Formats: sequence, structure tokens, C-alpha cells
Amino acid sequence: MKLSKTLALFSALLLGATSLATLPSLAAEHDGEQLYPLFSYRTGPYAPSGIPQWGGIRDYFNYINEVKGGVDGVKIFVQECETAYTVERAFECYERFKNGYAGAPVAALFTTSSGFDAAVSEKARADKLPVVSVAGGREDAVDGNVFPYQFPLLFDYWTESSIVIDYIAKQVGGYDKLKGLKIATVYHDSGYGRDTIEPLAILSKKYGFEDIQIPVPHPGEQQQAQWQQIKEAGADWVFFRAWGVMTPVGIKTAARVGFPADHIIGDIWSGSEEDVKPAGAAATNYLAVSVYSPGVDFKISQELKKDIIDPGKSDLKDTSKFGSVYYNAGLVTAIIYVETLRTGHKKFGNRPLTPAEGEWALEHLDITAQRIEEIGATGLLSPLKVTAADHEGSPAAKIQQWDGKAWHPLTDWLNGDRALFHDAIFAKAAAYAKEKNLPPRDATN
Amino acid sequence: MLFFLNVLTSGLLAGLMYAMVAIGFVLIYKASGVFNFAQGSMVLFAALTFVTLNEHGLPFWAAFPLTIVVMIAGAVLIERLVLRPLVNRNPNTLFMATLGLSFVIEGLAQLLLGTDVHQLDLGIDDIPVSVLGLQISAFDLFASAIAVALVAVLAVLFSKTRMGISLRAVADDTLAAQSIGIRLPRIWRIVWSVSGFVALVAGLLWGARQGVQFSLSLVVLKAMPVLIIGGFSSIPGAIVGGLLVGATENLADIYIGPLVQGSVSTWFAYILAVGFLLIRPAGLFGESAIERV
Amino acid sequence: MSALVSSVQPANLARREGAPLVSLNRIAFVLALAAIYVVVPLIGNDYWLNSLVIPTVVMGLAGVGLNLLTGYAGLVSLGSAAFMSIGAFSAYNLLLRAPFLPLPLALIVAGFVAAAAGVIFGLPSLRIKGFYLSASTLGAQFFFEWLFTNFHWFSNNSMSLTISAPRLEFSGYNLTSPAGRYLLVVVTTGLLVWLARNIVNSRIGRDWMAIRDMDTAAAVAGIPIASRKLLAYGVSSFFCGIAGALWAFAYLGTADAHAFDLDKSFQILFIVIIGGSASLFGNFLGAAFIVLTPIVLDLIVLWWNLTDYVDQGSLTNLLRIIFGLIIILLLIKEPDGLSSLIGRLARRLAAWPLRI
Repeated sequence: MKLSKTLALFSALLLGATSLATLPSLAAEHDGEQLYPLFSYRTGPYAPSGIPQWGGIRDYFNYINEVKGGVDGVKIFVQECETAYTVERAFECYERFKNGYAGAPVAALFTTSSGFDAAVSEKARADKLPVVSVAGGREDAVDGNVFPYQFPLLFDYWTESSIVIDYIAKQVGGYDKLKGLKIATVYHDSGYGRDTIEPLAILSKKYGFEDIQIPVPHPGEQQQAQWQQIKEAGADWVFFRAWGVMTPVGIKTAARVGFPADHIIGDIWSGSEEDVKPAGAAATNYLAVSVYSPGVDFKISQELKKDIIDPGKSDLKDTSKFGSVYYNAGLVTAIIYVETLRTGHKKFGNRPLTPAEGEWALEHLDITAQRIEEIGATGLLSPLKVTAADHEGSPAAKIQQWDGKAWHPLTDWLNGDRALFHDAIFAKAAAYAKEKNLPPRDATN
Repeated sequence: MLFFLNVLTSGLLAGLMYAMVAIGFVLIYKASGVFNFAQGSMVLFAALTFVTLNEHGLPFWAAFPLTIVVMIAGAVLIERLVLRPLVNRNPNTLFMATLGLSFVIEGLAQLLLGTDVHQLDLGIDDIPVSVLGLQISAFDLFASAIAVALVAVLAVLFSKTRMGISLRAVADDTLAAQSIGIRLPRIWRIVWSVSGFVALVAGLLWGARQGVQFSLSLVVLKAMPVLIIGGFSSIPGAIVGGLLVGATENLADIYIGPLVQGSVSTWFAYILAVGFLLIRPAGLFGESAIERV
Repeated sequence: MSALVSSVQPANLARREGAPLVSLNRIAFVLALAAIYVVVPLIGNDYWLNSLVIPTVVMGLAGVGLNLLTGYAGLVSLGSAAFMSIGAFSAYNLLLRAPFLPLPLALIVAGFVAAAAGVIFGLPSLRIKGFYLSASTLGAQFFFEWLFTNFHWFSNNSMSLTISAPRLEFSGYNLTSPAGRYLLVVVTTGLLVWLARNIVNSRIGRDWMAIRDMDTAAAVAGIPIASRKLLAYGVSSFFCGIAGALWAFAYLGTADAHAFDLDKSFQILFIVIIGGSASLFGNFLGAAFIVLTPIVLDLIVLWWNLTDYVDQGSLTNLLRIIFGLIIILLLIKEPDGLSSLIGRLARRLAAWPLRI
């Protein structure tokens, strides 16, 4: 009797668990829609950077679905999955959505954190699911021959380094004046932060400036020692590669040791309103590299305001975030996604795309200046052309300055010197291919 | 040499900021033997409440006591709902309960008060002033003065008032204290309230520096080695531990960091703490228990 | 001396599990084995294996490691994740740099490397007691996270500082499929749990429990305290090390040092306490709780389309609050952990419909 009861209990448990697992695949109520799995973080230390981005993404999709009737008639179905900025939770989300959900297939996965982006690389290769990291991701993945499923689109930290040096060169009166200058890089001690060590070494060798690298341990709420070191070393400029709370603390600490804010150039992830506002007056005149221009004057922003924000359909709880750097970052991500779908529809027809079709579409993505004008995103997005061999496109960024109330661009789009790094990056990709024993890819399709 | 002294003093001052967080731990550990991991969340919650009130137009003198009232209400709830049912459980269980508590407090803070980053201006500029040739931040001096004042107040409270004496009795021997009529729940409520107050002060000082945002809750990580060196149950220990950790961390980052091409401050304090413990197994100021078989 | 030790042991056992449970346990054990090795791989789909079962089992194994130390020997560790990372990075480098080493051997050697580190960071336990002891393991936690991030050699100069399984195969079988990884995890865990059971029931285990219950008395009784404590750290870290390698290669596939952060150490401690101190089976219950609760909460939201009623941000924070409340509630209601809850349920079930 005992046995049968235990057995009953056990089978009940198993049955319950199995039904738990199979239930999602039964429903097919979102047939004919395209799934966009949004790996969000609305809680935890990075939520302030995340929430406006999700707002931008969701509002644009909302606009496309409701005002434009979908992308060529195909509605975008957003499923959000909270990762709390941890890799593990993101993995669970990945497994949950990699084969689509409720009848809607996934065409490409847009990652939202450097850690997950690095970790998902091999899973995505095995699952043949294209992974897009807009303005982030591993540097060597630009080599589409080695990394067919990874797309570090739009921008990268190596190009960023050369843009920063370019800007400094212009300020000091030419590249020949760089010689002897001391340029310190203060970086978040992580894979993301360390990514600029190598390009700066290359740049320093070429132009003769002194390259000082100073790490700040995560999360960076205490940077006294680092900035004193900078002061002591007599650095002329600081390239500030921070993330989260590290940015305001760094700006404040710089003021404490008397380092001028207008000689600190922040990373693209250290150049939002959320980054500088907590630093108060210390942040006035602080500079940052900007891929995502803030503002509400873009044509598309005006339409969003009219159709989404004002009628109260926005995902933002606090609509003052509309037009902020991170909101517009979300917007850019969403635009790129929609344009990818359009590209795919031209070849495969107006229906939801599979991962393989998504990959094709990404490799043939060509957002021209004219197309950007049509979207109404001129000034918000720089032209982007991806090929099977080059998975990044043409990186470009502006330098912007914080005047205490708002960001103002100081330059137009700068392209940096990506060619300078070409060999180093592709050598890395080749080394990776060798380590993993990857066969060369036939990228002619 | 001047550079060294600059690094040293700024480290010492930073250490006082760590000590502010550590004191909150010490109070609770003393009275209830709980290693309260939720202290960081309390810092976050207190600072967020204050800033939110402040941004809704309440001036400092109104927002500050109002936040204290909120923290006291929180302390009463925690005592009733978490501590009382868990009385006499092993320290690990209590520690885990405070971890669960930290989820609840953080969730509540973000749910009710939002996840925005707030600027907090206490009116003291964080700019260097020259003292005896050293560059010292005016804000750091202000923060240290607050820390010293806080410790002085707490010391008077504990040695002179009836409440303080019963608290020490509880810390000394819980059973004996109960048997002479000291009511434990009341002591706990008071201690958690006081540590809520300490959390508010710490939250304001840290928040003024880094902005009031979720990361405030991570300052507990900085407070842990301070506690271990100073002893879990000693307030002066927290101050001395803070000074030691702040100074050595700063020095280590500058003088050892470059040797290993990295920043060593995440772990250096712990190794230092172990070194101290090997000499004094119950922390610098902790009391070592006498064992009976 | 031995009289004292043996008098500690049965009393403990009797307190933990009621006598009629033993036979029931046997049956449950056999059934569970059958379910684990036959039924699960047959019916489990990819999502099930990859996101629910594998992490639960691996975290359970790490829980076993910590439980040997905390539950049986009464020593504190807040750095279990550090020892997991040592196992993961050792296994990676062994597989990469010693291609002749078969996978099981690499795992075992990695376990021993973690064990050595465990013994070193356990040394302060000879002098320090109670919560202060957490200092050295906390130190380990931060030190190794830093070490594996700071020195690129450990991740073979990978740009992203991540490591990934160089080869996951055993005697010609490729284990990279979900079912393959599942079997790798379950077989390894099965063997290690068997080992843990035998250690616990051996003289070493009895000595540990005597030290836990009162180490001064144990010393008087002639138990070699120092070597037993260090052994506890070593064995515990060995288990954690192997769990770490499995976590990195069989679950995540790719990992970096931050996959083994302080939160992970806390989670393992959770598993031990929620599962039940000094219980091997309980660790897997605890692991299931820690791994599955957030996911189940998430899925409830998904199925009931709760996002239509409450905005996503509030919902996320609500889930966090609920998770915290469940933890506190469990700690209050189940002082001896989930294993004793299940024990009670089984007993009641055995007597059903009579009430006991």
C-alpha cells in the first residue's frame, strides 16, 4: 500500500511537471506574428539604464503595430523576460524563447548585457540563432566568417577608442601634438571594460601618447585611489569607460581631486542623463561619446509623441524619460530590428521570419541615409550596412557635452579609424576559429 | 610623501563612510545576534524615502523625521513578522531570513519609490580644501563629523539610558536579561529602529556622493570586512575597522594594484581581516566567549 | 571515546527522520532512480532539461558540498561559489592543456584542485569560530572572482574572459546534446551523492558531527579536530569544484568568473538551510526551490497574461517581494527544511486516510 501511494505521488509530480513544461507550446494564439523576446532588467542596480530602453523599444513596436499595421503587415509580439542583469536568468529566458512562443517564431535575439552576450555565443552557434548586440558584444564577432550568428551591430569599443583619440587630437591641434600627452583610461574591471586596453595600446604606439590604464573594481562606488593616481600621474585626458553607478561616482571623485570634467570623455554607456544627474554640478562640461543622440525633435519622436506618448500608451511610467539617451537607444534598437524584418520580407515574403531567414536579413541589412530620412530618424541613427563578412556595419558616434541640464552634440558623426584595427581583430577571430576547430564558412549565399 | 599622505587620509575618511554602514550591523548583532544582511536594503530604502519626500516639496527638517517614522514602522513590522517567529533559531537561518528580507525591502523600495537615480544635495560641496598641505574633501570632513557625532550619541545612549543598559544586558546574556524582566521584543524594536536611523544617515551621506539609487544597497559588501576586523558587536570596533579597511584598501590599490595590473580592493580587506582574526579570533573589539563543556 | 561518539550519532538520526521512514525512503529511492535515469530523458524536452532539471541537479550537488561542511561539520562558508569557480576553471584548463585527459579524470582532478584551495582557506578555522570564520571564505569568494578576471591565462586569453567546454565527450560519445549533458550531470551527481552518503556514515562523518555538536567535547574525546576540520573543507570544496565544472560546461556552456559571484554562494547556503541541514536529499529540494520558484512565478505571469493588468516593472518587483516572503515564510514554518516537510508528507500519506 505504501508503495502504491508513493508511486501515485511520484507520478502525479512528474505529470504535473511535464504539463508545466509542455503547456507553452500548445497555445498558438500568436500565429502570424513575429516574436521579439525582450531580455529586460527592471530591477537591480542597472534598472535605471534599462527601463528607458525598454520603453523606447516597446513604444516603437507599439507604434509600428498600431499606427503602421505591423511591419509589412506582420505584427511584432513582444515577450518580456526579466533577467535582473544576471546571466543565469537570461539563459532561462533564452531557452524559453529560442524556438519561438505561442506560434510566433523568433528571427533574431537582441541581447541586453555584455555578460550574457559573451556567454550565449556558443549556444547561439549550436542553435543557429542570430544574436544581435547593438553597440556592444565581442569585438572579434565582426568577422562574419567565423561568427555567422553574431552581430555586434552599429558600434564597438575599438572604434570608440579611435574616435576619442581623434577628438583629443583635434582639441590639442593635430595628431602630431599627441606625442607626449598622457591619456588615462579608467575602466570598469570586466570584460566590457578591458576591451579597450588593446586598441589604446595600438593607438598609443602609432601616435606616441602615453597610455595609462586604471581599473576600477565592480561596482565602482569608491574610486578615490584611482583618481588620485590619475592626478599624480599628471594625466591630460581621461577616457572613462564606466557603467552604472561607477559613472556619477567617478565624475564626482574627479571633481574631488580637482580633475577638470571637460577633459573626461565618457563611454557610450556613461553618457546618459541617469549617469550625470546624480553627480550634480560636478558633471557640468563633462564629455561623452554618443551613439544615441538624445532629444525629442526627430521626426519619428514627434510621431511617437503624438500617437503613443500623449494618448498614454507608452511603456514609460515616467514620460519625462521620453527622448532621453537610453530611451532613444531603445528606439534605435527597435528601428534596426524593424528594418531587418523589412529586409527579410523583401526576399522571403511578408510573413514572420525564421532564425535562418533572420540571419540572412541581418547580413543584407542596408539602412541608407535616405531610408533613415524616410523613417524620420535622421540624426538619430547613422547609416548602417551589414554584409556577410562584416557583421558590424559602419560605426559612427558623436562627442557630446553635458551643460548641467542637457546633452549637446559637439561634433557630427565621427567614424574613427576602424581600418587600423582590422588586422588585430581578424587575427583574433582566426585564432578563435582555430581554437574551436571551426571550418571556414561559405558566405556566398 | 605628500601623495602617500593624501592617499592615506582620503582612505581613512572613506573608511569612516564604511563604518557608518557597519554601525547599523553592529547594533542589530549586539541585540539579537542577527547578521542583518538587509542593512544595505535599509540604507537604500531610507535614502529613497527621504529623497522622494524631499522631491515632493518637503524641506529637510520635515522629510528627515518623517523618514525616521517610516523606518520605525518598518522596524516594528520586521520584529513582529520576522524576528519573533524566528526567535532562538540558529544564526545561519536568521542570516538567510535577512537575505529574504532584503529582497522584500528592495522590491518594495523599487515598487513604491521607483528605480530612478536621484540627485541628493546636502549643501556641502564635494570639493577639495587644503588642510596642512593635504587635499581633503570638504564633504569628507562633514561626513566624518557626522560619524563621530553619531558614535558619541550612541555611546551616551548605551551607557547612560535605561534602554541602553537593558540592551547591554541582552547582549551579554539573553536568558538572564529576560529573567529579570527585560522584554526582548521591545529591545529589538528599539534596536532595529535605531539601526534604521543609522541607515538613513549612512544613506544620505552615500547618496549625496553617488546618487540615490539601487547601488546603495551594495555598500554592505564594503561594510563586511569592517565588521569582521572590528568585531560584530563593538561600535568603536566598527570605527577602527572602517579606518583600517579604508586606508589599507586605498593604499593597496595604488601600491599593490599596478604590480598585478588590476585593482585589489575587492578582496584585500578580507585577507587583511583574516590576518587580524588569526591574532584576535573575535575581532579587534569583539568579546571572545568562554566555552564550557 | 567511541561510546561518546556513537551515542551522538543515533540520537541525531532518530531526531531527523522517524523510524518508519527508512523503508519508505528505500522505495522512493529506487523509484527516483528509475525516474531520473529513464523517464526524465525520455519525456523531458530541451527547455525542461536545459533550464530546469540540469541547474537544479547541479545546484543540489553544490548544496551537498556545502552541507557536508555546514550541516555535518558545523563550519561556516560563504564562499562556496569560489570553489565552484576553481573547479570550473581547473577543468577548463585541464581539458584544454592536457588533451589526453578523459573528461571524468579532468573533473576529478579539478575537484582536487578546488579541495586544495578549500583546505588553504579552511586553515583559519583552526583558530577562528562562528560567523567570524566567514571572513576567510568571503575572502576566497572575492579573491578568486578577481583572480580569474584579472589573469587572462585562466581563460586562455579569451577576449570576453569566458571559458567554454573545450570538449564534452566520454569514450567516444558526444555529450553536448541536452540529454547528453543531463546524463553527465546525473551520473556524476549520483556517484558523488553515494560517496557523500558513505562519508557521512563513516567514522569521518561521525567525527564531524561530534565537532559540530561541541568541538571542545570532541577534542576531549580524542577526535583529531584540526585534521577533521581541514578535511571537511577539502571534501566540501571537492564537491563544489565538480559542481562548478558541471555548472559551467553542462549547464551554462560558457561561463566567466562572475557566474560564480557572492549571490551564488548565498544561493547555495539557502539551498542547505531551506533543504535541511545535515540532509543529503534535502539539498536537491532546496535547489529545486531556489532554481524553480522565480521561473514558476515568471511563468504564472506569462500564462495568465498578468502584464495586461499590471505594468511590467511593478510586476517584476512584486515577484521579487513574493520570492523574499516565501523564503522568510519557509524559514519560519519549516525549521528543519523541506526534507522534513517531505518526510512528514510521506508519513501522512503512508497512513492516509488515518490522521497522525
